[in-house]
Amino acid sequence: MLSRILAIAMQELRIGIRNRWIVLATAILAVFSLALALLGSAPAGTLGVDRLTITVASLSSLSVYLVPLIALILAFDAVCGEIERGTLLMTFSCPLSRSEFLFGKALGHSLVLLIALGVGYGVTAGFMILSGAGSIAGLVDFLRLIATSVLLGQCFIAVGYMLSCLTRQSVTAAAAAIATWLVLVVLYDLALLGALVANPEGVFASSIFPYALLLNPADSFRLFNLAALGASDLVGGMAGVAETLPFSPTSALVSLAMFAGFAMSGSLLLIRRIAP
Amino acid sequence: MMRTSLTVRNVTKQFSGQTAVNDVSFSLEPGERVALLGHNGAGKTTLFKMILGFLKRDRGEIEVLGDLPGSDGARKHMAYLPESVAFSNVLRGREVLAFYARLKGVAQAEVGPLLERVGLAEAANRRVATYSKGMRQRLGLAQALIGQPKLVLLDEPTSGLDPISRQNVYDLIAEIAGQGTSVLMSSHALTELAPRTDRILILSKGTLVADDSLTGLRAKAGLPIKLKVWTRPGAAPEVAATLGSKQMNGRSVDIDCRLDEKIPLLSAIGALGPLVEDVEVHAPGLDDIYRHFSETVHKGA
Ligand SMILES: Nc1ncnc2c1ncn2[C@@H]1O[C@H](COP(=O)(O)OP(=O)(O)OP(=O)(O)O)[C@@H](O)[C@H]1O
Ligand SMILES: [Mg+2]
Repeated sequence: MLSRILAIAMQELRIGIRNRWIVLATAILAVFSLALALLGSAPAGTLGVDRLTITVASLSSLSVYLVPLIALILAFDAVCGEIERGTLLMTFSCPLSRSEFLFGKALGHSLVLLIALGVGYGVTAGFMILSGAGSIAGLVDFLRLIATSVLLGQCFIAVGYMLSCLTRQSVTAAAAAIATWLVLVVLYDLALLGALVANPEGVFASSIFPYALLLNPADSFRLFNLAALGASDLVGGMAGVAETLPFSPTSALVSLAMFAGFAMSGSLLLIRRIAP
Repeated sequence: MMRTSLTVRNVTKQFSGQTAVNDVSFSLEPGERVALLGHNGAGKTTLFKMILGFLKRDRGEIEVLGDLPGSDGARKHMAYLPESVAFSNVLRGREVLAFYARLKGVAQAEVGPLLERVGLAEAANRRVATYSKGMRQRLGLAQALIGQPKLVLLDEPTSGLDPISRQNVYDLIAEIAGQGTSVLMSSHALTELAPRTDRILILSKGTLVADDSLTGLRAKAGLPIKLKVWTRPGAAPEVAATLGSKQMNGRSVDIDCRLDEKIPLLSAIGALGPLVEDVEVHAPGLDDIYRHFSETVHKGA
């Protein structure tokens, strides 16, 4: 069982790191994070906070946008693309279960994401440590960012598999993936903030808004990372919310993991019904 | 005694009311090479997908190597080449084959020799994007030969291949059949496959209209040999009368005859001397036999 899962994972890893969109996204991660690190370094000294920590705070905002995008690019044609190309017929004619297939894909895609983040953000971390701006505490923040980014990515990878199972064509799956990214990463926050601004004192602000944040993996991710950094005073905006929440920031991490679990279970159910 | 590799019994499949496969029964013994012929949309691929367990049949039974279609036991010892595969362009030929070897639990040491057998040894480390259509087809074929399967299903294995590569494919198939593997391969034309198969199945609009060896099919079809006799200008009526033919057009006379009538007829033509300028003999070809079986069911329906 394990050898078949690994076989699928290694093949996806090969395909993923040769995918020019993934290479491009990694380059964008590296460029943006370096820019953030350099620009964000000016006011930091006065606050007495590790510069690496401040950079991690900005990078977690970058992750919210880019990681779901990379995850969806990796996952959207995992099933329908293989149906179109006819390779799924071949793969499923081997003694391999549908769940082994999907777990292998998820493992491979997570590894690609890990590599993209490791390279993209690693450049910045390396640069800052070499220039004497980083400490061990900052490095821990950095590793937490990468680990939670992978978890965030896994949520969207699993969503991508569901879309890929539900659509017969990869063009449709790509459109659905873009729409999903737009709704979950951009519009959801805008809608919440809009409602909050319209009625800052009402029931919505106190008892619906915080839980609405938990439901969306992108917001859970941001919540957990900013709270963990104690960075609300540094970044402001939505991060300030973390202190007034009716639950501990760890719930955000749990909710992130649960989202990934539910989405993966959903895609495992859907792939059973696929006739390649 | 070895058990039957594949049994298909009264299998029917409908797609939203349209019958794609209609009450089909046949079986494959170990080491047998069987051709499955049929026009576009005859139901060949649908039949393969049911044997693989990808599609549910509406009626009938299928037994693959003593197991249910799609079960692990069945899939362990069978292999499949789909009719059109496009491997990921960024992978190398060797990587594709090594991947399927891992999925099938076969040693990596088999990959190299297999690539050599299908003539891809030199291209093995090149990306699939650089392969010609025939090379891709051969890579797919190599995939179907990994791990000495007991039953191999090939959906149009020779489509897009030049005559030499096609010959190589037949040789490969003969080789694995010699080792006891049953091979079921589909095609559109009898000419492509027939000479190198033990048995021929003809599917027409989902119905199996023939299941026999080539000799058997030839005998059953009983198609006449056609002779065309070219005559001197104006001599056609005389020649037709002498030979007892009613088909005549301008300068030629057409005659249908059975195999045992051919030689006497030719001597009769020879005896006509200067009245005759030329004779064409057209024995029924593989395509004629195929058309005969494929069309009988259409007329009946
Ligand atoms: N998933 C499907 N949904 C609806 N109809 C289908 C489906 N798959 C096949 N059919 C129909 O079933 C019939 C048989 O198709 P099939 O693909 O088995 O033909 P084939 O013999 O393989 O043809 P070809 O030589 O063109 O590959 C066709 O009429 C086709 O339209
Ligand atoms: Mg077909």
